[in-house]
Amino acid sequence: MSVIYILITVSLIVAVIFFVAFVTAVRSGQYDDSYTPSVRMLFEDELVEPEEDSEPSNSTKN
Amino acid sequence: MNCFHCGTNCGTAPICFDNKEFCCTGCKTVYEIFSANQLEGYYDLDENPGIRPGEVEGKFDFLDNQRILEKLLEFSDGDISVAEFYIPSIHCSSCIWILENLHKLHRSVKASQVDFPRKKLRVTFSHSDLTAKELVLLLSRIGYEPYISLEDAGRKEQDIDRSLIYKLGVAGFAFGNVMLLSFPEYFEIDEFWLNQYKPFFRWIMFGLSLPVVFYAAGDYFKSAFKGIRAGLLNIDIPIALGIAVLFLRSTWEIATNTGQGFFDSLTGLLFFLLLGRYFQEKTYSFLSFERDYKSYFPVGVTRMDEDGQEISTDIYDIKEQDRLLIRNQELIPVDGILLNGKARIDYSFVTGESDPVTRESGEKLFAGGKQTGTAIEMVALNSVSQSYLTQLWSNEVFSGDKQTRFQSLTDRISKYFTAVILLIAFGAGTYWYVTDPALAAPVFTAILIVACPCALALSAPFTLGNMLRIFGKQKFYLKNAQVIERMAGIDTVIFDKTGTITANANADIAYEGVELTRQERSLLRTGLRNSNHPLSRQLYEFLQDQQIDTLDHYKESTGKGLEMSAGGVLIRAGSRSFAGSPDLEEVLNTSVYVSTGEAYRGRFTFYNRYRKGVAGLFRSLAAKYRLGILSGDNESERENLQKLLPAGTKLFFNQKPEDKLNYVRFHQEEGASIMMVGDGLNDAGALQQSDVGVAVSENINVFSPACDAILDAEKLPQLGAYLKASAHAVTVIKASFVLSFLYNLVGLYFAVTGALSPVIAAILMPLSSISVVLFTTGLTGWIGKKLN
Repeated sequence: MSVIYILITVSLIVAVIFFVAFVTAVRSGQYDDSYTPSVRMLFEDELVEPEEDSEPSNSTKN
Repeated sequence: MNCFHCGTNCGTAPICFDNKEFCCTGCKTVYEIFSANQLEGYYDLDENPGIRPGEVEGKFDFLDNQRILEKLLEFSDGDISVAEFYIPSIHCSSCIWILENLHKLHRSVKASQVDFPRKKLRVTFSHSDLTAKELVLLLSRIGYEPYISLEDAGRKEQDIDRSLIYKLGVAGFAFGNVMLLSFPEYFEIDEFWLNQYKPFFRWIMFGLSLPVVFYAAGDYFKSAFKGIRAGLLNIDIPIALGIAVLFLRSTWEIATNTGQGFFDSLTGLLFFLLLGRYFQEKTYSFLSFERDYKSYFPVGVTRMDEDGQEISTDIYDIKEQDRLLIRNQELIPVDGILLNGKARIDYSFVTGESDPVTRESGEKLFAGGKQTGTAIEMVALNSVSQSYLTQLWSNEVFSGDKQTRFQSLTDRISKYFTAVILLIAFGAGTYWYVTDPALAAPVFTAILIVACPCALALSAPFTLGNMLRIFGKQKFYLKNAQVIERMAGIDTVIFDKTGTITANANADIAYEGVELTRQERSLLRTGLRNSNHPLSRQLYEFLQDQQIDTLDHYKESTGKGLEMSAGGVLIRAGSRSFAGSPDLEEVLNTSVYVSTGEAYRGRFTFYNRYRKGVAGLFRSLAAKYRLGILSGDNESERENLQKLLPAGTKLFFNQKPEDKLNYVRFHQEEGASIMMVGDGLNDAGALQQSDVGVAVSENINVFSPACDAILDAEKLPQLGAYLKASAHAVTVIKASFVLSFLYNLVGLYFAVTGALSPVIAAILMPLSSISVVLFTTGLTGWIGKKLN
């Protein structure tokens, strides 16, 4: 029966992993702008790249 | 026919290009730029998404100055620079698309990212090929002119405060897990293996609640401590007391193995409280409610050194005796003496007076005026911070935080609430101590737990937070939720005139004098078409039914007037002396005088045009509020205004910014609660001093001085309805206070009789919170529906 100790501990660890993921997401600024990405997502396909283009736009970190 | 680029009416003579119509060459040029770079997709995403590009000649020369540049660039190293611009004209998905494809317009742009809600664009570019100035000019050319002000330059990167989200996350995380762990105990199942693991479960709950109490609840403890030190019984005192007692009693219970504790209620309580806080903290990130003169002033000005060389200078570096060059449409940054050039200064920012004044060389110029016409040279008399206009900001009104001057409804009620709760707790505790000492401590703590005013504390945030959103949809943007409570208590409404109740762009025009022939009128209109002076534009619109001729001769003398001729007829239109008017006295109203050949014919007089629905607004307000008008303008409109306004409205003209501030302060000292409705820097003092300062703005993204609320000009007639809705909102708060008191009574019954089990607490607490939330959001939603 003492398997419950392991199970609960494991489930708590999983929960904590998600919690940490949430905090890192907030910290990286993902929740600062909740509108633009939803629009940007719809653009990607329409961009027909003419010949080669310098560097692909990689977003800047603050 | 509408312009393919910007959607404005093209009028009778559109410019055709590529089978498309454009209203002006500016729009056509933008289209050409886009189509040359395969960016026509811009026009597919939204219909007529474009913005007509404005005049930027020389406007951004200060970006050549390395020191100014350093302040504006976020990052610059080697070849790469990063800059963030505020672009007010960002308004649709096409804007996002084109701005994020900036690298197609210039290959030195490495990346660009739009933050739509904040209307910001962050650009990474290599500055060896593309200087910041060229980048700004590129943006301006396609209609996205960045707005760069002193405020940006002075500001260093501020960290966004995200602690509330973290706290909410912690509380929510703990709440969910504790709920699961305490579930078995709700049913008091006496099962062998459950009993065996009880201590284990309980100690995990204890561990989960630690960060909640010591991190997430931190603000409540701090606020309660501050309240006690200041001798105020604020709402956070019973909350902090409740949290502390919940935690201590629960810990004691599991340590002595006498019960399961209230960890579920504790974490749930904080989760709901923080949720309310988060809900109330809705802010309009694209608006600024804190602007002072700094955001009106340009970042850099042109200084002339001894050899007559023009140098871009940081505005804070201007010293006494510096020679400055002020171009057309530039703001005078400091007080000074005019050296040469014809100064026609528009002081509407400072005084509200809408007509430009003419100054001769040797006369004094005041900071805040905008030069219209040709460039002038002036000598600075002092530095920026000592100028006449900027001194207004040294008034003590601007030093204090407005929010602390007023006490919220919740705080007023909690004063009594806290006292009563403590009284009941001690009373019941004493009673049980006498009758059954063993129950005294549990009852005492149970009362403090149950009385923890969760529902009470949620009433105001949810009501006001929801109202804030409803007002926002109605284009009435409030600085914070507390403004609504203050609006409910208003008894006097004071308006500024120019720009607030009058429309800036339009005037009613009347002609007096010898009637002009049809030919003369059409010649006049043709001439006016060539001029960009605001009065010319308005007169051109006014004469709309006339034909367009071809001109033999046209000449514009800045600050004087226009001269035009065709078919042997010569017309001069402009100032009194320019047209040779025999009138000796200048009329107070703005006028354009007209002469043909050598004979004076008459004048077009411009009367203020009041915004639509203003008369109705005043009538509806007059029943409930005292009204007043404080105008920086002269008395020319007194008669017109008196016709418009209900009897008993006080009218004051020629009011300086300080006069307005003092007027508001004087009446506040007499006990009035004042709402000031204004629009410009000249109202800044009064807006700050008043209980509620509302800035009316035709374009909410551009200028508005520090205030509590920004109102879209077209919604001005609705102001009465908004005031009423605020009063209703406060009634809703009071009603939900009553509701939460009822819950408290039920809880107290259990607590006082010593029957408060964790299950009851766990049911009662979320039930009361959720029902109060539903009650307030439902009722405010109904108020919002009535507003539509």
